[in-house]
Amino acid sequence: MSLRTRELWNLGLVGLLTAAGFASVYIARSEVVSAASLSYAAFFVALFVVAHVVLRLRLPQADPYLLPLGGLLCALGLTEIYRIEPNLAFRQGLWVVVGVSVFAVLVLFLRDYRELDRVKYLLGISAIALLVLPALPLIGRTINGATLWVDIGPLVFQPGELAKVLFVVFLAGYLRDNREMLSYGTRGLGGLPSLKHLGPLLLIWGGAMLVLFQTRDLGGALLYFTIFLVMLYTATARWSFVAVGLSLFLLGAFALYQVIPHVQDRVEGWLDPWSDPQGQNYQLVQSIYSISSGGVFGSGLGRGVLLTPNGETYIPFLETDFIYSAIAQELGLAGAAGVVLLYLLFAYRGFRISMLAQDGFSKLLAAGLTAAVAVQAFIIIGGVSGLIPLTGITLPFVSYGGSSIVANFVVLALLLMVSDRVNRNAR
Amino acid sequence: MNRQIRRLFLVFSFLFVALIATATYWLWRAPELEARQGNPLLLVRELEVKRGLILSADGRTRLAANRRLELEDGRVWWLRRYPRGSLTAHAVGYSTIGRSRTGLELSMNDFLTAANANLSTVIDTTLDKLRGITRVGNNVVTTLDLRAQRAAVQGLSGMCGAAVAIEPATGRVLALASSPTFDPNLVEEDFPAIERIGAPCKPAAPLLDRATAGRFVPGSTFKIVTAAAALDTDSFTPESEFDDPGYCTLFGRRVFNFADQGTPTGFGRVTLADAVENSINSVFCNIGKELGADVVLEYAKRFGFYERPPIDLPSEEVLISGLYRNGRLYDPADPSEVDPGRLAFGQERLVVTPLQMALVAAGVANDGIVMEPKLVERIVSPDGDVIERFGAEKWKDAVSAATAAELTAMMVRVVESGTGTAAQIPGVSVAGKTGTAETGAAGRNNTWFIAFAPAEAPEVAVAVALSDQAGTGGATAAPIARAIMEAALGRNT
Repeated sequence: MSLRTRELWNLGLVGLLTAAGFASVYIARSEVVSAASLSYAAFFVALFVVAHVVLRLRLPQADPYLLPLGGLLCALGLTEIYRIEPNLAFRQGLWVVVGVSVFAVLVLFLRDYRELDRVKYLLGISAIALLVLPALPLIGRTINGATLWVDIGPLVFQPGELAKVLFVVFLAGYLRDNREMLSYGTRGLGGLPSLKHLGPLLLIWGGAMLVLFQTRDLGGALLYFTIFLVMLYTATARWSFVAVGLSLFLLGAFALYQVIPHVQDRVEGWLDPWSDPQGQNYQLVQSIYSISSGGVFGSGLGRGVLLTPNGETYIPFLETDFIYSAIAQELGLAGAAGVVLLYLLFAYRGFRISMLAQDGFSKLLAAGLTAAVAVQAFIIIGGVSGLIPLTGITLPFVSYGGSSIVANFVVLALLLMVSDRVNRNAR
Repeated sequence: MNRQIRRLFLVFSFLFVALIATATYWLWRAPELEARQGNPLLLVRELEVKRGLILSADGRTRLAANRRLELEDGRVWWLRRYPRGSLTAHAVGYSTIGRSRTGLELSMNDFLTAANANLSTVIDTTLDKLRGITRVGNNVVTTLDLRAQRAAVQGLSGMCGAAVAIEPATGRVLALASSPTFDPNLVEEDFPAIERIGAPCKPAAPLLDRATAGRFVPGSTFKIVTAAAALDTDSFTPESEFDDPGYCTLFGRRVFNFADQGTPTGFGRVTLADAVENSINSVFCNIGKELGADVVLEYAKRFGFYERPPIDLPSEEVLISGLYRNGRLYDPADPSEVDPGRLAFGQERLVVTPLQMALVAAGVANDGIVMEPKLVERIVSPDGDVIERFGAEKWKDAVSAATAAELTAMMVRVVESGTGTAAQIPGVSVAGKTGTAETGAAGRNNTWFIAFAPAEAPEVAVAVALSDQAGTGGATAAPIARAIMEAALGRNT
């Protein structure tokens, strides 16, 4: 069976699951499975079939699992969002259309992704510019204590999501150029890298801290910095970089912890959620209630306790940051573990592409993009379940949010391009 | 670089396993988390149960019933409504989405939601859930006699205070009222309207159940406890004679008789029975000094002080009576820390609830035995089967039957010719005791009347307590007590 045919079968499976998910929400809501519910699923499948056809045309040798994995996560998110608020699901559906279109355009028109290496500095600067946007007056918007949004007319988006991808591309190029120097550079005191080689690390650390301070976004800063460390380690194999980087980050976070009350609340809420269950820690405590109440198989889609009689969600930001809590309640431990395993599978396929890749840029790019998705999933799932301090960030492919969906489809496109090239060369 | 990537994947595998472990950990803690207040899941799940009714003693009148609410997504919730409004607000309490529960709605919740199930019914309810059959809770039949309850609520209206009526031989609570009161239907709909209520006391605190948790100074009603101690220890008899100079010397300072008796001058040579009839402070002051604070407190405990009365209300809504210091219950290890003279006539930092003083009256009425107060008569299934019946239980052996008879005789004189004549009921002999406790500010007295009737075969014992009063217990509280007793005895006027 060719890779693409395998992909099609996988997509068929995803389509069936999607139809079942929508049907079960419909049954729970109005006890009728109307044609409309299945048309949702059909439309969704058709969308991914378009992506599949594009791959058949341009990247026939690409990995057959990544697109179905993204599709399944997307479908799960869309179903849960539909269950929370149908109007939002409609908009999310539109964003998936945009995401798939961007995916198709990239696959069709970006002939060779390695061209990106040439414009890496431009991309790096663009990433910084995107990150700074929300902090600008007039267009910047602050929601829930974090300044992450840009508001231009009817359009509200989170530029940080896209900056993440540009940042990975830049790092892949930069680290490929400098990995020898960084790996075998002279060592300073105590076997630590010398100051000269720590330069880039310090620069990016400073940037992350600046972003954190500007936007009050601990999750974003953590994500960027972790992606950087992961790629630095991949490129140089030096744990000392990771150790120095992590301690620097903790040090910086601790310093900011002293100054930013928002960060203090999050850390204190993590240490003892029940110290203030109605105030500061309301979201986390409600999220834990939700996760704990699902049992092994959950209440069933559409049957959980997510909404008050007024139709508001018990947990604010349920459809974005806390969507995992809703899924864990309605699909139980089995569903929650399933979601986590889907990301693990995604990471497995992504890292596999990276390992098979021949050139440094491709390796680093694939590893970085994969790590970006995996780290982001870990930060938010760990946050809403109380494993690590809660920081607002979207769950890749699942959370409601246009910028997030589009950015993740870009990640998907790039990974598949690398994969196709790897598999072609292997033949 | 492949070694690094392999290691990275291992690290991620470990992290993701930790995520699954975390979800498993919360699942493991689910039973404990589900019971926490503030967990909407439990509350909402219970909204899908059609709660049992709360009924008055006749088994028919609905004090709490249900209202069907169909949600947009087709689910049905059952919300509470209270057809009698504020009549039994404090005893029945409320069950809401926004503000959780109080009163019997809280303490009887397991019965009302049919959660008091054995295994076979658990399986039944699970099947019902799958079949979409509404789970129906069990009905709670209370002991509340609506005639007595109405008399209590009407008598208290416009004042700050509370009244409790108990059937002495069984401990059945016939009436339990607190004023100002509130309409439990408004708790969900318009909570601020409840708080806006006007009352002669500050804060008005309409949600506070003053009958079981109000802090009152007992004043002269406590003389019944002191007299019980005096007689039951054989230290005095009703005929024991005292010389009343109009004051009692405590630590070198004179404490004057209170104007209960309307005269500042001394009564001269009086018996103990005379002193009860006219509520003479100086006599009780001397009895207290003679007995000692430890003996008086010992008898208070025999009537139930220093213990939470075992009434079937949430324990946080029932206050323990006794000496309080800095807002906390205080049991002196050394009796000399307490002034026995002031204790004997019910001052000296004593804090009591109307429920406790009703239990004192009921104990005297029931030959010296205090029965457990109870608000719930029986639990009945939706089909009408009695699931559980709560019989009469003895709580305390307070005094001997002989002492109780002597106390009764003295209390009858209070109503016949003493400070409590306002409680007389034609054709019925009433035993009672007034109380007017000073709180230190003019017009802010706690006034009391405790009583039972008929004296020879008591059917009802009452306590009425009012705060912020300018008059005496005999003038303010006794008429209310009389109305409640008349209603309970079926002599509604």
